[in-house]
Amino acid sequence: MAISTPKSAYLKGVTGAVPFLLVVIPFGMLFGVVGTEAGLNLAQVMGFTTLVIAGAAQFTAIQLMVDEAPAIVVIVSALAVNLRMAMYAAALAPYLGPAPLWQRAMIAYLNVDQTYALSHQKFEDRPEMSVPARVAFFVGCATPILPIWILATYVGAVLGAAIPPEYALDFAVPITFIALVAPGLRTVAHVAAALTSIILALALGWIPHNLWILVAALGGMMVGAEIERRATP
Amino acid sequence: MTGWSDPAIWGIVAALGIGTYAIRFSFLGLLGNRVFPDWVLRHLRYTAVTILPALITPMVLWPEATGGQTDPARLAAAAAALAGGYLSRNAIVAILSGMATLYLVQYLAG
Repeated sequence: MAISTPKSAYLKGVTGAVPFLLVVIPFGMLFGVVGTEAGLNLAQVMGFTTLVIAGAAQFTAIQLMVDEAPAIVVIVSALAVNLRMAMYAAALAPYLGPAPLWQRAMIAYLNVDQTYALSHQKFEDRPEMSVPARVAFFVGCATPILPIWILATYVGAVLGAAIPPEYALDFAVPITFIALVAPGLRTVAHVAAALTSIILALALGWIPHNLWILVAALGGMMVGAEIERRATP
Repeated sequence: MTGWSDPAIWGIVAALGIGTYAIRFSFLGLLGNRVFPDWVLRHLRYTAVTILPALITPMVLWPEATGGQTDPARLAAAAAALAGGYLSRNAIVAILSGMATLYLVQYLAG
């Protein structure tokens, strides 16, 4: 079918992304609520959400700031959560590498979990797509996701102040993190990596400045990578 | 969040914004034609499933809202979120399972 023209590819991207709003809206609102409750003002919450656009990293940063971790630990830990996006960029490069630099620069800003997942799947399924059609599809995916993410955060930040403490929203942050991780526990390697990280986090909690998080994660990553290496011939 | 001045918060926002953009741009922008060593990709695949569990484990076991006392309602909620997310492969199902369990156990416990 006519996914070959950029216009039809763009529309396919938009319609493909709409169901993901079911995930984006609650996460965005939750960040607005949590950020506000942590003591950020509206401008700061919106600064996070428009400049970082990465829910998990934003929640990580807020949590560590509440824990009074040093700024450098906040920054390094949150960026480490985002390192998976280097993998996204590497996976998209064979398909979008020939696009003009300004388009790749724009795609980089819009490269979030949902736009990446949808686009990479589509590019793999349709190797005949032209480069302009691929760019249009990607931008189509971002068209509903990004503005709604920003709007949802705003709504959450404005409403957040009105939510009473009985709702135990303090626990929405760990629940959200579990929700981000659990569907990703696809293989033995993923499960072993997560378990290693948990055990190390408990064993190494004495390391100051919240640095145990990075040490535990690195240990988990090495276990996951090693199991994957042994499993693949 | 008492210890953070406005400039410090904006500094963190800026550092995360620039750093995250650099990560997203990396292999798509400047390094596009270079081969990414397999062992690096293998490690990157496990960043999300390791950092987040490390971060939440103490939050689940010793929640700040209960003054660090282990709380059966929160433990049950975490377990429900994990099971819901693992079985459904859906983050929203995980959140709903977790928060519903939290409210239910808190309600039952009075």
